[in-house]
Amino acid sequence: LAGFGSLMQDVLWCFSQVKGTIDIGVTEADIISTVEFNHTGELLATGDKGGRVVIFQREQESKNQPHRRGEYNVYSTFQSHEPEFDYLKSLEIEEKINKIRWLPQQNAAYFLLSTNDKTVKLWKVSERDKRPEGYNLKDEEGRLRDPSMITMLRVPVLRPMDLMVEATPRRVFANAHTYHINSISVNSDYETYMSADDLRINLWNFEITNQSFNIVDIKPANMEELTEVITAAEFHPHHCNTFVYSSSKGTIRLCDMRTAALCDRHAKFFEEPEDPSNRSFFSEIISSISDVKFSHSGRYIMTRDYLTVKVWDLNMENRPIETYQVHDYLRSKLCSLYENDCIFDKFECVWNGSDSVIMTGSYNNFFRMFDRNTRRDVTLEASRENSKPRAILKPRKVCVGGKRRKDEISVDSLDFSKKILHTAWHPSENIIAVAATNNLYIFQDKVN
Amino acid sequence: MAAPIGTGSRAEETGQEKQDVQEKESLSPERAEEAKLKAKYPNLGQKPGGSDFLMKRLQKGQKYFDSGDYNMAKAKMKNKQLPSAGPEKNLVTGEHIPTPQDLPQRKSSLVASKLAG
Repeated sequence: LAGFGSLMQDVLWCFSQVKGTIDIGVTEADIISTVEFNHTGELLATGDKGGRVVIFQREQESKNQPHRRGEYNVYSTFQSHEPEFDYLKSLEIEEKINKIRWLPQQNAAYFLLSTNDKTVKLWKVSERDKRPEGYNLKDEEGRLRDPSMITMLRVPVLRPMDLMVEATPRRVFANAHTYHINSISVNSDYETYMSADDLRINLWNFEITNQSFNIVDIKPANMEELTEVITAAEFHPHHCNTFVYSSSKGTIRLCDMRTAALCDRHAKFFEEPEDPSNRSFFSEIISSISDVKFSHSGRYIMTRDYLTVKVWDLNMENRPIETYQVHDYLRSKLCSLYENDCIFDKFECVWNGSDSVIMTGSYNNFFRMFDRNTRRDVTLEASRENSKPRAILKPRKVCVGGKRRKDEISVDSLDFSKKILHTAWHPSENIIAVAATNNLYIFQDKVN
Repeated sequence: MAAPIGTGSRAEETGQEKQDVQEKESLSPERAEEAKLKAKYPNLGQKPGGSDFLMKRLQKGQKYFDSGDYNMAKAKMKNKQLPSAGPEKNLVTGEHIPTPQDLPQRKSSLVASKLAG
């Protein structure tokens, strides 16, 4: 595929589509909370704070319009989760979709997992393009016929109808998490998956909803001794016995489910030594890992903390092999970022299909890409101003100090309410989906 | 690190370098920000009983309103006002009883996503 895995200097990113409305005030329910391509990239799912899932499908590329790479159009939308209230604990359970994960396709239907803070659901999305006609006992509108008026017997036939896409909840995995679910991950065996909350990780079988196995439990006997929480977890892409989880202290543990039923003891422990002279009140907060992702190859893991993205080799636990600065200029703004809670924002990170480029979001609707081979990086912006069809995105630059150039933006002018927390990269092509609050941007690399 | 063999002036330079480095460290952006924060909130980080951040995180979303407690507290206070919620409305602390005013507005009814429009 042209452009697949190419070095960044060869890739020009262009605007393709934007979904969502331009509202002066953003309705909280419309804030996108997760974005995920399926394994072929044919489907793109979003979840939002209002508990709704919208699935886009890539249209077939047409020979008549070769310059239009397949666009994504709405395929299905449904209400996945609804607000709930736990009366026993006086606890409000948000309907916000924290994560969506697709299952690999095994038949004509599509399956995905979606989760809020407490409940994971397996949704089946299937197409119906035929319906039976010619019933004996009811007419075409469904009204019952008078049996005494029926003189003939006929066999109903299936006739084509307008395509209908239905989403049905096939499994509901509830009541297994005391704390808030932050991650779900489908195992490479396609039979099991895990769900992780702040203190525990559970293993489920897709067929069984009334039981799950607890595989990690870091809850201390005395809650006052609590020093860290689980922030993200993921299965290895090929080894069904291996998974990793990250912590609020900036560490990653790799666990092997073959060694014990309860994986409280890690097989590997990844931590970068800290320079004690640099320690400050903010150190632990900004070292908290907000996302962890295996590379497609399974050889590396990538972690995101507040200011950096790090790549770790599974064979080296004592430090990352690569560290990329996302927005180091924020280091001198930590006080105000703490006061406005931005320091607790949880950014995600993604690999491209060939693991050669990594991407993560920042503020002011900026997002960053790092080419691991050339060590070059670029800052791009998701904005309606750059949204003419196939318009090439111009690299953006934040001016740190001194004289600001004409098209640079100063740190103090950054809009911290415009945060790009969620992005997704097509599994094999240079197509990315970027969630900017309540809008979804799709960018593609330039064709020809 | 052993002092280099040489003249006294060389050892002096090393000492001066160390001092320079220390000054730079005290001006590191993170430390400067920490000083700013501590100046604004002198009591920060001094509460006992485990990490505040983690507790706040685990309690996310907890709205604690018990009508029985509320009415009993009102009866106790008689004509006085109940203590109102501090800025951390979601945390249950001290004698503060959540009041109906502290609870969030009713969420709007479920509608379709605008992304699908």
